[in-house]
Amino acid sequence: MLANRKLILAHFWLAFVVFGLALVLGAWQMFIRSPLHTWLSNPEWYYRSLTAHGTVMGYVFPTLVAMGFGYAISESALDQRLVGVRWAWVGFSLVVLGAVMAMVPVSLGWASVLYTFYPPLIGSPFYYIGVVLVVVGSWIWVALMSVNLYVWKQAHPGEPVPLAMFANVAGSYLWAWTAVGAALELLLQIIPVALGLKSTIDAGLARVFFSWTLHAIVYFWLIPSYIAYYTILPRAIGGKLYSDTMARIAFILFLVVAMPIGIHHTFADPQVGAGFKFVHSAFTALVAVPTLLTVFTICASVEIAARLRGGHGLFGWIAALPWQNPIMLAGTFSFIMLGFGGAGGLINMSYQLDSAIHNTQWITGHFHLIFGGAIVIMYFAIAYDLWPHLTGRELPSLRLMRTQLWLWFIGMIVTTFPWHWVGILGMPRRMAYYDYTSPALAADAVPVEVSTLGAAILLISGLLFLFILARAQAEPATDVPPYRFSEAVHPPASVPLALNSHGLWIALMIGLTIANYGYPIAVLTARSDSSVPAVYVGAQR
Amino acid sequence: MSAQESHDSADVAARVERRWATISVIIIVVMAIVAAFAGIHQVTMPQARVEIVDPSRLHLSGEFAEANLGSVAEQDGSVTVRAIGQQYSFTPACILVPAATPITLRATSADVIHGIIVQGTNINTMLVPGYVSNQAMRFDKTGDYVMPCQEFCSFGHEGMWGKVRVIDKADFAARAKNGGRLSCVGE
Repeated sequence: MLANRKLILAHFWLAFVVFGLALVLGAWQMFIRSPLHTWLSNPEWYYRSLTAHGTVMGYVFPTLVAMGFGYAISESALDQRLVGVRWAWVGFSLVVLGAVMAMVPVSLGWASVLYTFYPPLIGSPFYYIGVVLVVVGSWIWVALMSVNLYVWKQAHPGEPVPLAMFANVAGSYLWAWTAVGAALELLLQIIPVALGLKSTIDAGLARVFFSWTLHAIVYFWLIPSYIAYYTILPRAIGGKLYSDTMARIAFILFLVVAMPIGIHHTFADPQVGAGFKFVHSAFTALVAVPTLLTVFTICASVEIAARLRGGHGLFGWIAALPWQNPIMLAGTFSFIMLGFGGAGGLINMSYQLDSAIHNTQWITGHFHLIFGGAIVIMYFAIAYDLWPHLTGRELPSLRLMRTQLWLWFIGMIVTTFPWHWVGILGMPRRMAYYDYTSPALAADAVPVEVSTLGAAILLISGLLFLFILARAQAEPATDVPPYRFSEAVHPPASVPLALNSHGLWIALMIGLTIANYGYPIAVLTARSDSSVPAVYVGAQR
Repeated sequence: MSAQESHDSADVAARVERRWATISVIIIVVMAIVAAFAGIHQVTMPQARVEIVDPSRLHLSGEFAEANLGSVAEQDGSVTVRAIGQQYSFTPACILVPAATPITLRATSADVIHGIIVQGTNINTMLVPGYVSNQAMRFDKTGDYVMPCQEFCSFGHEGMWGKVRVIDKADFAARAKNGGRLSCVGE
């Protein structure tokens, strides 16, 4: 049952429109810093654009997708009208207000500090307050997901919570807790300085707070895509989910171990000692477990679908898959990119290997491949799958959808592989231009040009995606059956309490975060001699 | 399909799945052991201690005063390099070091966050104002390496490129004889 379609569509449309705008900025940045263009007369323009691109792609776009998809899951998986619709609109409005408040100073060049903030650089307070409002808006969504599950459980005592909703609520708790790190950095450290109430800031502590958010936020972006793997893909290709239990375990593992690992982002930093860096490195290895479990379960589910369709042989069943189905295509592309990106991630998580590529273009390549590639292509799949149910109209053309997905996949590979390569050569990231005539950088020129071509392909694909969604609104209205999720081969009759509720796992998540972050944060907070003068950027007051 | 068959296939499914989960956990444990081994046995660990320095007083006195920046030969045969990053340059802008010698780079920032990466090596550290970065280095070959700032430090970041010049060990020793702090700035 999708009763509040307007609410869900509002989230998705805003998400995809801001995504399109940020995509244009990204492509422009790729072009402007490549050998295809002369040096920018004012490098500040580049950093201004980069701040906007990062803020929208990192904070606004995935948050809106998770919220919209979350409402859709709550209504259709629980078969229950959304409780608290008015609050949902309040949350949406806060995200819109926050995004506008953040983007106006960025556009004016008052806050070109990048989405990672990097104090002691300090921009306009409106930028930071805007980001906080986006997060507060999303916290309303977190509360609503929890409330809706509670209402359903009251009406269905003892019944297994549908997998999609179980995972969705796990994702919302993950976000609520991971956002706390950046929230502490913004509220306690940056905003007082940005408002002029304080003039010094501990840059090391700020980096530790931010690492708390920076890593697990990726799993918040990823959860909708994983929900799509488990609960959309098998149904869309006419199969069944291999294991409902393993799916629950995977989502629980994300909830517990995504958080206490963020210090691997500060391997090269002087403000954290070696001990906690090792602990976080080892925990980062652990977070590969739910992904490895997912790879097995999804591949097995896809094989079931293929065999149901008459496929046979050790690998012969692959040919029997419905390759003309965009969801099948998106899932495959997503897995390939997840494989490459995950392999790169294993390199980043080890201190010894990371020191060869830390803060080079390798890192840019890595997170674009994982987020822009593996995750966002499943956002497309989610939109394609849900759109007819939200609009009551069929999408115009399967072929167009397949073209769009192919272009995104090719574009992402062509963009990110050369990035990884120049990263190994030691090319630093986030620079407005490079002197490619220098012998030290000459070898980077051609790969950078290739990746610029990739950006152009991505831009075309992104615009095509928006076109397809917009075209659907013009199609004639049809009767669309109710939206449903994949069924497991063995649907759960009853589920152990631990796999049917989140309380125990939230306690573990908070406990592990305190164990892994408590000491470094306490020590840095207790120091009074490590704060440094703020450096204000942009228009001076 | 009878109820019995369905039950059997469920068992098979669960068994295969458990096997894969076990393999996954083994992969992860082995990786963590390899990382620990490399860190402890090959002594490739991050700096152990956290050291504090006041960036607003760097130029007045102490380890990072201007006269103390550059390379100095230590009694034990190693070399210590002291450097600072500030918007938008490194001091010294050209770091002079000998080949085949253990070197300790001690560096910090005078203003915002910077980073040091020596291209073609795995020498890579952040410079966070308020803290001292301690990085072990060793160059086997002589030659020039570029050393860009690897972290966004505001609008001049793209222009922040330093250099490392690695010279023969004997040449370095000859130049170090007179004492003082060596660099290759202006050469």
